[in-house]
Amino acid sequence: MCGGRTRTRTSDRALVRGTLKGAKTLGILVDKDTRVVIQGITGGAGAFHTRHMIAYGTKVVAGVTPGKGGQSVEGVPVFDGVHAAVKATGADASCVFVPPAFAADSIMEAADAGMKVIVAITEGIPVLDMVKVKAFLDARGARLVGPNCPGITTVDECKIGIMPGHIHKKGPVGVLSRSGTLTYEAVDQLTRLGIGQSTCIGIGGDPVVGTTFVDALGLFENDGSTEAVVLIGEIGGGAEEEAARFVKEKMTKPVAAFIAGRTAPEGRRMGHAGAIIAGGRGTAPEKVRALEAAGVRVAESPAEIGLTLKNALRAK
Amino acid sequence: MKLHEYQAKGLLKSFGVPVPDGRMAESAEAAAAAAAALGGDTFVVKAQVHAGGRGKAGGVKVVSGIEGVREAAAAIIGMRLVSRQTGPAGKVVSKVLVEKGVAIAREMYLGMLVDRDRGRVVVIASAEGGVEIEEVAARSPEKILKVHVDPAVGLMPYQCRILGYGLDLPQDASGRFAKVVACCARALVEKDLSLVELNPLVLTAEGDIAALDAKLNADDNALFRQKDVAALRDLSEEDWREVEAGRHGLSYIGLEGSIGCLVNGAGLAMATMDIIKHCGEEPANFLDVGGGATVAAVTAGFKIILADPKVRAVLVNIFGGIMKCDIIAESVVAAAREVGVKVPLVVRLQGTNADLGRGVLEKSGLAIIPAVTMDEAARKVVEAVGN
Repeated sequence: MCGGRTRTRTSDRALVRGTLKGAKTLGILVDKDTRVVIQGITGGAGAFHTRHMIAYGTKVVAGVTPGKGGQSVEGVPVFDGVHAAVKATGADASCVFVPPAFAADSIMEAADAGMKVIVAITEGIPVLDMVKVKAFLDARGARLVGPNCPGITTVDECKIGIMPGHIHKKGPVGVLSRSGTLTYEAVDQLTRLGIGQSTCIGIGGDPVVGTTFVDALGLFENDGSTEAVVLIGEIGGGAEEEAARFVKEKMTKPVAAFIAGRTAPEGRRMGHAGAIIAGGRGTAPEKVRALEAAGVRVAESPAEIGLTLKNALRAK
Repeated sequence: MKLHEYQAKGLLKSFGVPVPDGRMAESAEAAAAAAAALGGDTFVVKAQVHAGGRGKAGGVKVVSGIEGVREAAAAIIGMRLVSRQTGPAGKVVSKVLVEKGVAIAREMYLGMLVDRDRGRVVVIASAEGGVEIEEVAARSPEKILKVHVDPAVGLMPYQCRILGYGLDLPQDASGRFAKVVACCARALVEKDLSLVELNPLVLTAEGDIAALDAKLNADDNALFRQKDVAALRDLSEEDWREVEAGRHGLSYIGLEGSIGCLVNGAGLAMATMDIIKHCGEEPANFLDVGGGATVAAVTAGFKIILADPKVRAVLVNIFGGIMKCDIIAESVVAAAREVGVKVPLVVRLQGTNADLGRGVLEKSGLAIIPAVTMDEAARKVVEAVGN
């Protein structure tokens, strides 16, 4: 059958690509060797999700809460600062659950301590704090995921953040999103269609975020285990338009997308600080147009995200 | 959070931005008294509402003498101001700003906000003021000047000069313009403003610079450390349902349709509105009850949704992740029972323990219409409205 043949060809190509690049790890940014420190581990959300991350198999090696060094949470040793935690445990990634007023400071502390990947879950960080954080991190070469995001999961290897781990299935599709539960919805649709995921990453719903769609698309393009990408955007800003430009110029792998907020009114912030149509800019139709012009298949309905990706894979 | 013009001008004045002498008034009498205290003969009376387009909507009047102010204020206070930004329902005006008239030589534009794509504050200036900047950007982008601010050092004097000279102002006026730019940038940073817009910022006949209009938005996420800005919030300008939702940690926005939505997560909430439209109906609201969807949150959500008389059916769409669907189903059932939902209620639970969750709904004895996929849920709720 035609469809069957196509699928075989795709996996062969991915296999070759993986071999050619000599990719020893699969997925982007985090894998089974990632050693994670949880900032804000003694708080309610920090402790709760630490338990779930450990249950998923993530190597959580340390926690940090200033003033609570020496304690332990879920069997994880707590330190007063990230530098001390790194020295004692060799942590190389961080997950931030610190409240908004102190989150910027914590992210900068993680970057200064040499964390390669910093995942900020915290919602409600003042935007001017994030402007400072971004400049600080750019100067140090640290990668921030978020804030106001569900985190990142490389399936069956490492989960950093609050995603429900068990809805995932290992496979060839990278998932990339500005949202939380809508990402789970998409992942769930893929899994039910029998299509697994490589890495799922929520870049966050704030106007200023660390990792952009373009950054993540670039990582997926170079990842040996990813054959196709699902991009879930929403109204506000121009990140989807930039992603469309990148797909057109640089991507060889198929991309399927959905844009939330076709029915959102202008000038209103739709839950996420960054989801707002301002001055007529950032509407769903203009984002859909840009993506389609770049060859991206855009789902008409949020119930068809998985199906749209399946068709994109088949057409490859 | 939006500020009124009179509040914005008061705040900017405290940072050294020149604004016309003016006072806020809540009655025609108070407006006349304000004019008498200000002195002079020409005055401007301006409606104070959280919306642009006031001039075209008849909310701004230039008048002579104290009697003129009294008449203008009497006409504006109590009027229903309808502009593109208020929507067809308009906004009832309860306050005016009375200002001394200014003789204008030139109108300009000055704005600053966070450029999302660059992650930095951008300062925008244009020689063309008094018209919407988006319109200038579309028609003659060469007339727009921009500088980006390095957060490590802040806005530098040379950047202010670039803008001042770029507008081709007389030598001394360009210096004064540069000072206004610096003052506004300081206000933006120190008060966590997400938007500063002076449109128009004018060169007066006397050669001075003055902000004739001022629009400030404050970053909601920073209000915890900006108590004086937070105190300027005018709840009478906001939809009470949105205020009530905020009190319960929910995010609600009222819309024009007939299907109420209750969803966990902002992205999924938008997508739920979209799929209702896709199936041929219009959503009545946006409502994000938060990832966990607790009994308290869902109860508050139902109450707010059902306060809207346009709502003829409700769609609950919850993706249970770490919070399991059976627990969420119990919340939904408890809330529906407490509130007494009288319109058709479609509940779609997906994710962890979804089957157990649907079992809880069935056993509840409530007339809940269950659905498995988003598509099915949307079709069922649209059908329910059709009946």
